[in-house]
Amino acid sequence: MSAEHPEGWIPPDVMAGITQQFFEECEEHLALLESGFLRLEAGDHDPETVNSVFRAAHSIKGGAAMLGATALVGFSHRFESALAHFRTSKTFPSHDVLKVFLKATDQLADLVRATRAGKELTDEQLNAASRELAGLADTTGTDTSPVAHTEEPAFSPVRVEFEDFAPAEQPWTIDFRPHAELYAKANDPIVLLRELKRLGEMDTVLDTSAIPLLSDLNLEDAYLAWSITLHTARTESAVREVFEFVERDCDLHVRAGIAETAIPPAADPRPVPAPALRPGDASQDAPALRAALQQPSTLRVDLERLDRLINLVSELVISEAALAEYAPKDSAQNPNFGEALDDLSQLTRDIQESVMGIRAQPVKSVFQRLPRLVREIEKATGKTVRLTIEGEDTQVDRSVIEGLTDPLTHMVRNAIDHGIETYEQRQKANKPAQGSLRISAAHRAGRVVIEVADDGGGIDRDCVRAIAVKQNLISADAIVAGEDIDNLIFEPGFTTADKVTDLSGRGVGMDVVRRSVQALGGRISVSSRRGAGTTFALSLPLTLAVLDGMLVSVCGQSLVVPLAALLETVQFSCDNVHKVGPNASLLAIRGSHVPLIDLGATLGYKPQSQLSADGIALLVEDDAGRRVALAVDDILGQKQVVIKSLEINCHRIAGIAAATILGNGLVALILDVNAVMASQKIGLAQDERLMAHA
Amino acid sequence: MRDAAARNQAQETQERRDFLVFRVGAQEFCVDVLAVKEVRGWTPTTSLPKVPSFLRGVTNLRGTVLPIVDLGDRLQIACDTAIEDRIVVVVWIDRKLLGLLVDAVCDIVTAGDKNLQAMPDLTGEPIHTSVTSLITVDGRVIGLVALDQILADTRSQNA
Repeated sequence: MSAEHPEGWIPPDVMAGITQQFFEECEEHLALLESGFLRLEAGDHDPETVNSVFRAAHSIKGGAAMLGATALVGFSHRFESALAHFRTSKTFPSHDVLKVFLKATDQLADLVRATRAGKELTDEQLNAASRELAGLADTTGTDTSPVAHTEEPAFSPVRVEFEDFAPAEQPWTIDFRPHAELYAKANDPIVLLRELKRLGEMDTVLDTSAIPLLSDLNLEDAYLAWSITLHTARTESAVREVFEFVERDCDLHVRAGIAETAIPPAADPRPVPAPALRPGDASQDAPALRAALQQPSTLRVDLERLDRLINLVSELVISEAALAEYAPKDSAQNPNFGEALDDLSQLTRDIQESVMGIRAQPVKSVFQRLPRLVREIEKATGKTVRLTIEGEDTQVDRSVIEGLTDPLTHMVRNAIDHGIETYEQRQKANKPAQGSLRISAAHRAGRVVIEVADDGGGIDRDCVRAIAVKQNLISADAIVAGEDIDNLIFEPGFTTADKVTDLSGRGVGMDVVRRSVQALGGRISVSSRRGAGTTFALSLPLTLAVLDGMLVSVCGQSLVVPLAALLETVQFSCDNVHKVGPNASLLAIRGSHVPLIDLGATLGYKPQSQLSADGIALLVEDDAGRRVALAVDDILGQKQVVIKSLEINCHRIAGIAAATILGNGLVALILDVNAVMASQKIGLAQDERLMAHA
Repeated sequence: MRDAAARNQAQETQERRDFLVFRVGAQEFCVDVLAVKEVRGWTPTTSLPKVPSFLRGVTNLRGTVLPIVDLGDRLQIACDTAIEDRIVVVVWIDRKLLGLLVDAVCDIVTAGDKNLQAMPDLTGEPIHTSVTSLITVDGRVIGLVALDQILADTRSQNA
């Protein structure tokens, strides 16, 4: 191959891999850029933040140059140059400049995505990008960033690069043993180590040898020491400078070369308070320290392989359940078997959780798009909004994350467009001019709860009611309680917008949000206080791979009814069932009546509905809030089941959402409550036609 | 003529295919062995709601949900084996798996184009849509099951 191709030639398949990796990394760099600028905007004055955004822009440029993406190189180069000014002058960009940077980040993201899609950017887009760049160059000043105006998209040696890769690096060994006074003066070794890390490549070894037995441990004392090997081009005084303020409160030895001996033992440990060693502090600082001291050690894994692993683990869970089912009933005969089985099931659960954990992602990947979205809506509405994001590290399964983007985008749009008032209205209401939007995620009772809260005007119940009456969602004289009025906004077709805006109010309303949330097996609720704001809460399952369901038996078949749709189980008898017409029955539940349906007949397991005089029924609710009671033969118990697609080998079956495999190896079908209720409405005519065909 | 026949023969030896022959009632049918994933014994199935009766249900094939077609019911031939003694021939149809429930698996026959002929027009017979060719080998007449037609009716019904 080397004979046929010039030196440096890369085979196309290898190149495709490199390109893919570049764009994947680009996304990470873009996220870093945005989060860095947002941190700076929030008042973070850590030079490392500036460095990190600079590095991100630099990496994008480097990769783009390798791929020959000229437009991208040009833009990222100017971006980097503008940043270099702040990096070298150790100043921080003002809020206005940060706004420009954030806008430019959005533009850079567009450019990256356009390049990835292989699209040529239109002149309009390029012009927009250029204007932003001109803005960047103007605000940062041209004198300090010598290459800011260069039109050349090629690599110019930015000064800082030499600083990074200066030739005369030298190893230093630093032994650092803080005394208790250091902590007492509210100094923190982590901050010092981070500062030190900035000087160059660093290896840190924590010496815990001075920690006494637990019984002798004095919580007030300082026991830890660090041995650091630092590769830097800087002088000894620069290294010592880091410890300038704590020099008197620690044992510090700085010498050239790599350490051969361990740290000298503490001379005289004196009892003093050691606030920085409190567990709370440690847990807070640990991730920051890790992030500062080492590269994140991650491994990119093909999703297909991961899904295969998850499938295999699902098999394992089923096999384990099967084993438990066939276990000898007489445990006294073989007690070891039961014990081994318990171990196995514990291990299986652990493996399942770990594997699901791999698939889990922080909601950050959805949340990180929100600042940009908010900026764009701000621009379109003329409102200003302070966005607060909480709990972005909350882990959720990938499949849930994927389904979350659209509803969340819609909710944020709604919150700013409809929720938060205009500047004038806010002034009149004595509210701060800037609206506030808080988006948070947290784990609660085995589900993830995402809240979108605004401090706007809240839901105008009179207005909602009037619209609902106008749109025939409720009758004019209907008595609807306060919270139920709020819930009317989830009705199909409901919209409060008097006029259609660019953003929302195209008749695609909260009903779409509710439907997509329900498609994820989630629920949405709203709480609102007039004048104080509205909070939407989404409650979602952590994964779509397993489902909590009620196992029931119908005509000898096992069926799983998703718990998300199940309200309660009801006993029925002639006391609470009323026949209406030739076929229909109503079940009275606490004063209200719901249709009682023979599930076996609805699914076609028996030719016609034959409700026995008494039995048991499941009260279920569909997405639109309609309720029916499904009569079943028996309830076998609550179960967590692994969802298996029916459609892989079969076509879609009406009334069935998916299948699962029970411990006895048999397939059980998972009921699609919505479809069952819809098919019930179509009526008996279709049933008869189907029966005739069969 | 002789030359042409010889040429045909040469081509045929190259294009000969193997077919897995199974029995439904007293009649023999077959599928291309390359479409066969495996042959297994009968396991209880879970019925699907509102599907034609020949779609007997689904069963667990090592974690995959496998639909089972009762070929006797599909072709309207009475099976003569007790249900638990029947055989499931698991076949690939496009990229989906399907289990064919048959009375017994007989053998594998090798046939070339000259053994293959189109099914005479039997419009109106239940077999018409799902068996479209015949293979004649050693005096046996074996129906070649058109796998892509087996589920055709159910799909249109549910669409």
